[in-house]
Formats: sequence, C-alpha cells, structure tokens
Amino acid sequence: MSLTRLLFVLAAATALYASGATAQIKVGVDLSATGPAASLGIPQKNTVALLPKEIGGKSVEYIVLDDASDSTAAVKNMRKLITEDKVDVILGSSITPNSLAMVDVAAETETPMISMAASAKIVEPVDAKRMWVFKTPQNDSLMASAIANYMAGHGVKSVAIIGFSDAYGQGWRDEFGRAAQAKGLKIVASEEYSRSDTSVTGQVLKVMAASPDAVLVAGSGTPAALPEKELKERGYTGKIYQTHGVANNDFLRVCGKDCEGTLLPSGPLLVAAQLPDSNPTKGQGLAYTRAYEGAYGAGTVATFGGHLWDAGLLLQAAIPEALKTAQPGTPAFRRALRDAIENLHEVPISHGVVNMSKTDHSGLDSRARVMVTIHDGKWELVNN
Amino acid sequence: MDLSIVLILLQDGIVNGAIYALLALALVLVFTVTRVIFIPQGEFVTYGALSLAALLANKVPGTAWLLLGLGVVAFLMDLTAVFASRRFDRLWLSAVSDLVLPVLAVIIARWAAHAGLPLLVNVLVVLAIVVQMGPLLYRVAYQPLAEASPLVLLIVSVGVHFAMTGLGLLFFGAEGSRTPAFIDGRSKLFGIDVSSQSLFVVVASALLIGLLYVLFERTLYGKALRATAVNRRGARLVAISTNFSGRLTFALAALIGAFSGMLIAPVTTVYYDSGFLVGLKGFVAAIIGGLISYPLAAGGALLVGLLESFSSFWASAFKEVIVFTLIIPVLLWRSFATPVLEEDE
Repeated sequence: MSLTRLLFVLAAATALYASGATAQIKVGVDLSATGPAASLGIPQKNTVALLPKEIGGKSVEYIVLDDASDSTAAVKNMRKLITEDKVDVILGSSITPNSLAMVDVAAETETPMISMAASAKIVEPVDAKRMWVFKTPQNDSLMASAIANYMAGHGVKSVAIIGFSDAYGQGWRDEFGRAAQAKGLKIVASEEYSRSDTSVTGQVLKVMAASPDAVLVAGSGTPAALPEKELKERGYTGKIYQTHGVANNDFLRVCGKDCEGTLLPSGPLLVAAQLPDSNPTKGQGLAYTRAYEGAYGAGTVATFGGHLWDAGLLLQAAIPEALKTAQPGTPAFRRALRDAIENLHEVPISHGVVNMSKTDHSGLDSRARVMVTIHDGKWELVNN
Repeated sequence: MDLSIVLILLQDGIVNGAIYALLALALVLVFTVTRVIFIPQGEFVTYGALSLAALLANKVPGTAWLLLGLGVVAFLMDLTAVFASRRFDRLWLSAVSDLVLPVLAVIIARWAAHAGLPLLVNVLVVLAIVVQMGPLLYRVAYQPLAEASPLVLLIVSVGVHFAMTGLGLLFFGAEGSRTPAFIDGRSKLFGIDVSSQSLFVVVASALLIGLLYVLFERTLYGKALRATAVNRRGARLVAISTNFSGRLTFALAALIGAFSGMLIAPVTTVYYDSGFLVGLKGFVAAIIGGLISYPLAAGGALLVGLLESFSSFWASAFKEVIVFTLIIPVLLWRSFATPVLEEDE
C-alpha cells in the first residue's frame, strides 16, 4: 500500500516536472490585450490557449504578457521574456508601433520574432535587423490593391477616403493612394477622424460635396461603423468599402442594416466555410474556427486571432527542422529556428499560403485575400 | 460650402454641445462643492450607455457587481468610523445606503435583463445602478481625503479614472455598442432634415439643466449645496454636513453622466474608454466658465461643440488640436481678467 502510494507520488511528480516548470521549448507572447488595440489583442490572447502543447516531440510552454497597446511596455516585456524566461522565440505584438519597437531587441538578442501586426515596414526591407523578424498578417499593400482592382473592375472612377487619424489610417491613405494611381482611380477627398469621435458629420458632408463614385472607410473594428452610418443617414447612395480591420462580428452588430452591401478585402479565414474545397487555406481556416468556437462559443471567432494561430502554424512547421541541428534554450537553436522559418515553403495557414524567402518575411500572395460583402447581416464571399 | 451645410453643421454642433454642457455643469458642480476636479465624470457616461446596451442584449451589466463591491467597501469604512466615534445609531443608515439599496439594484438588474422590458424602464434600471455609484465612490475614494488640497484630490481623480476605465474594459469588452433611438424618424427644421433623436437630445438636456436650476434655487438641499460651495466652513457652522453635500453632489454628477451617456448612445457608438474624451471636452467648457460659472460653462460647451463640427468639416486632421488649443486663449483671458485669489482654507 505505502509502496504503491510512493510510486504514485513519484510518477505524479515526474509528470509535473516534465510538463510545467521545465518545458523544453519556451515561446514568449507579447500582446496588446488592453488599451486601444484590445479588440485585436483579446482574441489573440484567447488563441494562445489553443496552440499545441507539444511540437516535434518537445513540450512547449507559452508565456503571455500584456503591453497595454504601449510600445515602451512592449519592449520591456520582450526584454523580460528573453532575459528572465529565456524564451526561444517571440510572438508579438498585436500592433505596428509596438512591433517596430521590438525589431531592435530581436536583432540585438538574436531572437526570432513573429509579429501579428499589419504594416509591411515591420519586415521590409529584410536587412541586418529585420532578418530576425517575420509576420503573419497580410501587408496593407496586398489588401489595398485588392480594393483598387475590384473598384476598377466595377466601374468606379472617383474615390473618397475617410480614415483614422493614426498610423492605421495613414498607412491606408498611402497604400491605397499608390494602388489607386496604378489603376487610374481618382481620389477626390481625404478626410480624417479619430476612433473616439462621437460625430463625423463634418467629414461626411465634405466627402459628399466631392460626389465620389465610392467611399473607402479606413478604420478598424466598431469605430469604422460611424462614418458608414453617417453616410447612409445623409443619403449617400454610392458603394462603401471598408478595410479588413473591421472583419469581426462586433462590427456587424454595431453597424446593423446600414452596412448591407459593404465591400471589403479580408483574409480567407472570415469566410472559410464558403471557400471551395480546392482552396488550400480552407482546412486551416475551418480548424481554427472549430477550435476557437469550441472553446469560446459559436460566432466568437475573429480574423485577428487567426494571425496568432498562423504564427503557431509557422512554429509547428519550422521547429522540427530547427531541432535537427540544435537544442532549445541555446543561441544556436534560435538561429536554426530563424533559418527554418525563412525556408518555409508552401505552408497553408488560415489566412493564406506562406512562401518565405531571404527577401520576403511575410510570404503571402494573392491567395491571402478575398473580397467579402455583407449580406443579410453576414459575411459573404464575392466571386470575382 | 452652402447654407444647408452650415445648417447641418450647426445642428451637429448644438447636439454635441448639449451633451458637453451637461458634463460641464456636473464638473462645475462637483468642483465648487467638493473642490474635486472630477476626471472620471466621463466614465459615468460610458457606464450609463454600455450598461443600457448590456441590459438590452439580455445581459446583467458588470456595473451592477461593481456597485455591490463599492457598497461592501463603503459599509466596512462606515463600520470602522462608527466604532471609532461610538455613534451606533447611525449604523442602520449606512447599512441601507451601502448594502440594501445596491443589493436591490442588483436584483432589479438581474430581473430586468431577462424581462424584455420597454426601453424607458431599462433606462430607469440603469439609473438605479449608476446613480448609486456616485455617492459610494465619494465615500470610498474622496471622503477620507475631503480636507486635502485640490492637488491631492486631482491625483485621486486620475487614479479613479484609470480604475474605472480598466473595469469598463473588463465589463463591456473592447468593442463599442449602440442602443436603439428613443424616438425614431426625422423631422424638418429650418429647411434641413434632422433626426428626431438629435432633437430629443437637445430638449432632454435643456430640461435637465432646467431641473437643476430649480433644484438649486428652490429646494433646501440645493441651497445647502450652494452654501457649501460658497463657504465650506460657514456651511458647517450652520449644520450642513460636508460629507452629506459631497455624497449628494456625486449622486447628481453620476445622474448627469449616465443620463448623457444614454442620450448619445443611439447617435454614436460608445466604447469602454470614450467617456474620457467626451468628459475632457466638457472640461474645456467648464474651464471657460472658470470652474465656477454655470451659464458661462454651458455657453462654452456650445462653443466647443460648434468649433468641433466646423473644424471637422474644414480641417478634419486638426480637429482635436483646434478644440483643445481653445483652452489656451481662454486661460490667458481669464488669468488677466480675474484678480488672483490666494486659495488657502
């Protein structure tokens, strides 16, 4: 009796030892789970719990910190993860300013980092610093050209932009300006508003005075509903385009029937169930949706969380490769992991198919975008 | 820019200005009676609007539980005070205001969340929750420091603001909400198309301002508050409790905040943190009134609202800059126009 009990305790202790305190691979995660970017960070934080606990026969531990959408905190978190927790790789952050600030630390400590923020500036050009940095979301330019192509193909000649007065809006004004010029679209008005504004009447009147064929709202999450509702209220009848920043169900809830017919580019994840079976991203899109909604309830999945799931997929593809040459916890492993991520080829993720290279650390192509419209209060795939 | 655009912008500015005016009045009221620069005023706006949205979505708003928590803390503080002063006859009063009423509000909220009640009844339920929060907040955060300098009270306000914003994120999530309009439809006014809800906002704000006027001019409680504002020591000498004035003031501030929140929720999307900026614009208006004059503050609020709507038309990129830069000439003018008083109590 006492012997079996002793054996049991020993077995339990060994199991604990193996799983908890000394996980063989450590992944540091820094997210913007509070502050202005919380709508991105919260689904990502929820997704961490769904990532595999074992990769390539090694146990994996995820250490999650919150940077409160503040770039100083992001850098502090990253240093803490690297020096105190001795992580092998960093996932984060949720937003561009934080990720840009973290690039320096990644290079200095030679730690591979996978960002979940959109701007191409995080990974382009791939230089001595950025060689350590990868990212999973689509570049803004990819999405902007999707809109410009679609507009040009549907008889739009003049466009007005109402965008956030921050980095997100500015990025879109630049990228869309370039894409529009390439397609011969004329931008007749460009107005700004901030995410906390209670009224955009002035901007909308100015836009309507320019009588554009279409209006692009460059905002993210529920704040992007405000200009669209105001445009409808003032009787604007042209097409309204949104960016992929609105692709969550809260936007549908807040915008309601005013947003019927809105067009936007998005990662294929948003409409995974409607994709043809031949689409390589459908499998991962459905897998993520099932895992997320299984844990947090039906209709809760958001594309932003998918970017973290995709970062997990990149790790699952790259870690077994890296393990062939080095052991976790060493600088050699971090270098091997970086090389392995850079060599990923045709890896399907929930937002597209990844082909990394020495010059491209985002690795997504036009398979990473689809045009989506809102029909009967639901996202619907548009077949071009 | 033609006349119709001017009229629409005017209307937009007046609607926003009406909300800023309410908040500016609350800020002036709180400052004159308790010397607190009440930064969390905007949080009551958010709590009001989002609690209503939660109730309409058949959820019990997290603010109900916060109210309960505040009540328990306040009661414990009252209990220690009672034991220190040995005045046990006061205990039942604290028990009612700190425990019984919040528990009642929670019970009503839980029932209302599933009862499918009309919009106006839900509004009353939200008021029952949020208005009680005012006096309890005063009891917990401000009353122990009531005699401290305005600077200390300001620092407390900053702390309370951050705590309330963080709790707002916890209760309501990062994404915003809207509520259905109190009055549907549109009407013609001076040749432009105005939504009835915006008219309702202006009329309701005007009514509330009128009610406050009557309260301060005609009722004993209002006069007691004014007396405390004019001279705290004098008021105490004639047996007006400063603690009681503080609690009453904060109840009024919470009422005004929650009410404005529910007024704007159908017109705009409200987020867990949008109260701060709305409150800050109310604060600019209150500064124009020198934090003491109600009519000047209300006028300032209209000015802020109009400035905001016109600058969003002409130079949308600089709107916030223009609105908040307004405070500099106003401060200059006030500091030259009014004699300097050394404030030392």
